[in-house]
Amino acid sequence: MAAPAVGPVRRGFAPWNDPAAAPFIEFRSVTKRFGDFVAVDQLSLTIYEREFFALLGPSGCGKTTLMRMVAGFEEPSEGEVLLDGQSLAGVPPYRRPTNMMFQSYALFPHMTVEANIAFGLKQDRMPRADIDARVEEMLTLVKLKPFAKRKPHQLSGGQKQRVALARSLAKKPKVLLLDEPLAALDKKLREETQFELTDIQQTLGLTFLIVTHDQEEAMTVADRVAVMDQGRIMQVATPAEVYEQPNSRYVADFIGDINLLEGRITGNANGVVKLDCAETGKGIEIDQTVEANAGATAWLAIRPEKVAISLDPPADQSTNCTAGEVWDIGYLGDVSIYHVRLPSGVTVRSTVTNRTRLVERPITWEDKVWLSWSRDAGVMLTQ
Amino acid sequence: MAVAEATRAGETPAVLPAAGKASRARWLVVAVPYVWLALLFFVPFLIVIKISFSVTAVAQPPYTPVIGLSQGIAGLIDAFRQFTVDNYVWLTEDALYARAYLSSLVIAVVSTGLVLLVGYPIAYGMARASKTWQPTLLMLVILPFWTSFLIRVYSWIGILKKEGLLNQFLLWVGVIHEPLTILNTNWAVYIGIVYSYLPFMVLPLYAALERLDPTLLEAAADLGCRPVSAFWRITFPLSLPGVIAGCFLVFIPVTGEFVIPDLLGGSDTLMIGKTLWTEFFKNRDWPLASAVAVILLLILVVPIVIFQNRAARSEGGVPV
Repeated sequence: MAAPAVGPVRRGFAPWNDPAAAPFIEFRSVTKRFGDFVAVDQLSLTIYEREFFALLGPSGCGKTTLMRMVAGFEEPSEGEVLLDGQSLAGVPPYRRPTNMMFQSYALFPHMTVEANIAFGLKQDRMPRADIDARVEEMLTLVKLKPFAKRKPHQLSGGQKQRVALARSLAKKPKVLLLDEPLAALDKKLREETQFELTDIQQTLGLTFLIVTHDQEEAMTVADRVAVMDQGRIMQVATPAEVYEQPNSRYVADFIGDINLLEGRITGNANGVVKLDCAETGKGIEIDQTVEANAGATAWLAIRPEKVAISLDPPADQSTNCTAGEVWDIGYLGDVSIYHVRLPSGVTVRSTVTNRTRLVERPITWEDKVWLSWSRDAGVMLTQ
Repeated sequence: MAVAEATRAGETPAVLPAAGKASRARWLVVAVPYVWLALLFFVPFLIVIKISFSVTAVAQPPYTPVIGLSQGIAGLIDAFRQFTVDNYVWLTEDALYARAYLSSLVIAVVSTGLVLLVGYPIAYGMARASKTWQPTLLMLVILPFWTSFLIRVYSWIGILKKEGLLNQFLLWVGVIHEPLTILNTNWAVYIGIVYSYLPFMVLPLYAALERLDPTLLEAAADLGCRPVSAFWRITFPLSLPGVIAGCFLVFIPVTGEFVIPDLLGGSDTLMIGKTLWTEFFKNRDWPLASAVAVILLLILVVPIVIFQNRAARSEGGVPV
């Protein structure tokens, strides 16, 4: 089952940075209301051809509604959705060149694996021999040839997931929509399948739009990620950018683990932002250019793995460091997370990779420790 | 069969006393319905079979031999010697019975088809209605059971007769110029059956359709399937268990139906239920009436058993 692992971000593939690139899927200030509830709010977004695009957000953020508008199961209340330059308004789902892989897989229980995959092809009145060849091709792609004659209830969860994938790919859709495709799989199988998905996407050269609430999944498979909240897009960027350069506390908090330290800006010039932080009791200096005046509130967002922990004080004890007491240690095997409580009552987390087999940790509960970080380790956020 | 299994389970030496108690409790749970069936269905049916091999007599009860335990084993053997198959032979000799069976089956098949045609859209509409409406709609389907079946069939006489409501309405609308003769024809019988048996079709169909995952229809549409085609390729095949259950629930009682053909049908409406009633109450020929009942049961049971065996063999064909 092991497929060659292909990195999620392809070298040189960045049509979103190319002003001449034509958008493939385009949302133009789309709003969708269900009664009083606004599921999608004045949202604009462009997705490019051959892109693996992820919509990421908590449940109820409107990501599934957005995808269902591409599939044709929902019509926008306002605005329009375009596919390959053509408006999709009023086009019923059965005429759209998109196919969807449902979260529940939605396999037809009374049909065999073969018949499920052939279903869409039969709708196109494709000649019998062509259908057989295509089904065969799909079964090979998802490695399910021996199971062709089985019914869905005779398959495992992972096999059902593959049938659903094969069925949605059989018609060679312009866009494949994946609604939480891996949610029902166990962790190991999910990780394997994530790499297989990117592999299939690049082999077939299709545009994939995936909806997920699992940030790890989105980061693994996608070229770009859109982080959504309450019907709006908070940030659209590559997984690395979303992780390293979140544009807001919401995104920083949603993606991965983060420490947020609140402070007041004391200086903002020459690409250096200075912050007076009551929580650490010391100054913070970050190499960054932000548009904010002195006196404004700002936050330092810093990932736990970028915070160094030590029993010895750093050379400069006035900025970019703080002292505290180890409150708790989370041992995860590969890494340990130290929860350090500062005198101000704030807890800062620091992750340390367990490079050696430690029987006794040098730093343990109730130790007085120093936390420090470099000037480019964190991001200054003003919203 | 399950009783035998349970007995075996009960006999296995229990390792733990608690396990023994549990298996005894399980045996009891299984035994209760079987004892019930044995006492209230199987034993009476054996009596009917026994009477069907007897001979009419001017006596109380009106047949002979009467099995009694007063004469002991010898009396039983003597009674067995008197058994005869004359009643069954008679059923094959008089064409009336064959015609009555056949006519009953035809009426049952046609009316089951009609009930399915009327019931399917109703059940489909109910299953598609909003969740807040569904309990009300379900209630409306069951509501007729609050009134006596007999009274409801009687009221159809008032609707279908020459100067009845239906004819008055059609004359008023101007569709017809003289009243139609509906009452006392097979038409009236079909109308009565469709009306009376509709809930028995709608309820299992609704249960099957309500369980259908609407995402399957979205998946079909997504794969290029138009709504009408999706109905025939997805909805209908998946509702087949409900269709089959509904058809059985209608077909079986309609075959032996007596009240509706008697009240709404004409003198030429021939149904085996009516024939049976005549034999039993008018001719006081209990043995022949019993033979008619036994054959009716065989006609109904044999095809169902064959069908169920098939369904069991193609297990997984239709998810139930």
